[in-house]
Amino acid sequence: MRHIDEYRDPEQVRKLVAAIREADPPPMTIMEVCGTHTMAVGRYGIRQLLPPEVRLISGPGCPVCVTPQADIDALLGLAARPGVTVTTFGDMLRVPGSKSSLEAERARGADVRIVYSPTDALETARRNLDKETVFFGVGFETTAPGVALTLAAAARENVPNFSVYSVHKLIPPALSALLSGEAPAVDGFLLPGHVSTIIGTKAYEPIARDFHVPCVVSGFEPVDILQSVLMLARQVKEGRAEVENQYRRAVTPNGNFAAQQAVEAVFEPCDSSWRGIGVIPASGLKVRQEYEVYDALRRFGIPEMAESPEPAGCLCGEVLKGRARPADCPLFGSSCTPAEPVGPCMVSSEGTCAAWYHYGGE
Amino acid sequence: MAELIDRLFLGKLGNPVLDQRDDSGVFQIGNSYVAFTTDSFVVDPLFFPGGDIGRLAVFGTVNDLACAAATPLYISSSFILEEGLDMATLEAVVDSMRAAADEAGVTVAAGDTKVVPSGAADRMFITTAGIGLLRTDSGRPYLVSGSLARPGDAVLLSGTLADHGMAVMSRREGLEFESEIVSDAAPISGLVAQVLDVCPSVHALRDPTRGGLASALNEIARQSGVCMEVEESAIPVGEPARAACELLGIDPLYVANEGKVLVIIAPEGADAALEVMRSHPLGRQAVRIGRVLESPAGRVHLITPYGNRRILVLAHGEPLPRIC
Amino acid sequence: MCLAIPMRIVSLEGGEAVVEQSGVSRRARVDLVPGLAVGDYVLVHAGFAIAKVQEEEAIETLALLQEMSF
Repeated sequence: MRHIDEYRDPEQVRKLVAAIREADPPPMTIMEVCGTHTMAVGRYGIRQLLPPEVRLISGPGCPVCVTPQADIDALLGLAARPGVTVTTFGDMLRVPGSKSSLEAERARGADVRIVYSPTDALETARRNLDKETVFFGVGFETTAPGVALTLAAAARENVPNFSVYSVHKLIPPALSALLSGEAPAVDGFLLPGHVSTIIGTKAYEPIARDFHVPCVVSGFEPVDILQSVLMLARQVKEGRAEVENQYRRAVTPNGNFAAQQAVEAVFEPCDSSWRGIGVIPASGLKVRQEYEVYDALRRFGIPEMAESPEPAGCLCGEVLKGRARPADCPLFGSSCTPAEPVGPCMVSSEGTCAAWYHYGGE
Repeated sequence: MAELIDRLFLGKLGNPVLDQRDDSGVFQIGNSYVAFTTDSFVVDPLFFPGGDIGRLAVFGTVNDLACAAATPLYISSSFILEEGLDMATLEAVVDSMRAAADEAGVTVAAGDTKVVPSGAADRMFITTAGIGLLRTDSGRPYLVSGSLARPGDAVLLSGTLADHGMAVMSRREGLEFESEIVSDAAPISGLVAQVLDVCPSVHALRDPTRGGLASALNEIARQSGVCMEVEESAIPVGEPARAACELLGIDPLYVANEGKVLVIIAPEGADAALEVMRSHPLGRQAVRIGRVLESPAGRVHLITPYGNRRILVLAHGEPLPRIC
Repeated sequence: MCLAIPMRIVSLEGGEAVVEQSGVSRRARVDLVPGLAVGDYVLVHAGFAIAKVQEEEAIETLALLQEMSF
């Protein structure tokens, strides 16, 4: 596969592993904040390839995992209504709310459909005018532009039965919140390559500057990740704290202006609750007033909800902040498994705990 | 699902035949060794590139019998139809089943049909059951079982993975994409028979259907109390299937196959088995993918192209497309 | 959190393209990436092209890696 296989080449991987050792990194902890990175690290066994001094941990990079239970419960409430079709990315299907999941509700007769794209959700609305179609807008800055365009298209065409339940969240505010609190000792960030195609590398400069943390924007193939680790190791060794771009073939300093505009036209930032972490100011996206007809929250009168605490013993909050590993949690692998997840880190296949469970941890 | 099967079904219905946990039950009637199996088919959509629910239903049962080293002979077919299902669809499926039965050399000996109210079934569900005979030598049966894999055995795979599951996904509403991917649905009984004719030391056979290769390997590892170790770079996946998996974020090792077989065989028999498999149309790309180790028991290890090792766990549901 | 794969543009019409990778193709919206041409590679996420793959940068990245002698 073009533009993919070249970055999986075993010979390149071997050379990069050797280069990282040669760079003689001091003990350092690198945090990635992207579920796709979590999966890639697990799939390729990256941790096993790194020298013991370099520790790779996962932060709150799984949008599915950080979606509050209250929002899932609200969406399940909508799904249970006879005149409503819920459309969702596959990632959300098995995520449990406080009592049920979209998959369980579907088994009970709710009309829940998996879509690959928000455009498929709009098409579902067009084809089923006798029902309401709600699209569950999950994802970070990579996903929001497509959802924004779809919502704008619905408005332009006056599609009468389509709305978006937005739980979109933003990465840079979460990074600031992480570093402002009782931060784990994070010596460097492996930054999400695809979020960065949208927001650009410059968006992270305040983080590097204000908190003096080295940052590298990274692609997702093993060669990308290892080259990024090498770049971070060199920054740490040389005492630098800059934003560097490993993913140059896709990411630019200013990002994707058209995508940023698309989001701004339809959404506005709002305070947002991150499951396991709490409220982070200006870290979410809500539908603008002008488009309220297409905002499922307003359309269906869904009230502001209080977040319920995680079950006793669940260490997801600590795991999401990078302060605990899945194996540190007493529930991991025993009462909390992918088949029966307790906390958010296990619910999604790319949640930290699910990835550990699936790929065998360290 | 695995837990449900253990706790409820094996717990309440268990007996020495069922407790083997193979896809077919094997028992003696008089001097004959009989394999008996059943399977239900609920695929959505009903028609997909390379097949349909009818074809799947016949081959699924035929293949389970083949994996018991039995010659498939008779099958039954039970339909649950949603009220309002159009006749043309039903006819097409039944025609397909007839063709599949002929292709597999089995006779449909019994059947049933029920109609349920609209909404109570997703258009059509089919259940097939099948019966076959094991081969014997001076009265002794050639037995294979997922519980008979031994340390040192070679793990062989008859061909490329993920074609069936991705062919079905390519036509699923909301996910549609274009590709050359065609379901591999086929009766593997002929291929298996040829291998058994030539090789006396096959220990286990398994068709990696629902849950894919990873699940089949896990089941054998558990049944036999061994470790299955496979090499990622040896596992064949066709280019379009691989690209489709990348697009939807699905792991090809967990995708269903309907015309492939895993052969677990004593190491000295592996070369001969591969030669025989490759001489059969369904086994042209047969390859050794790994080996059986003594420990850790019940585990499946995957050696990545980078030489490191990761664990392949049992799937806990159908692979879902993801955007994250 | 963002699965996107590079796909080649096979045809373009207004805001919609047909994109292809190793024998798999589907339609994708290209409204977010202006100035595309048939033959270009784009990263496709949830049915939307989000960035063009810059060939020169890709070549440079790979060349740099090739130069590493280990």
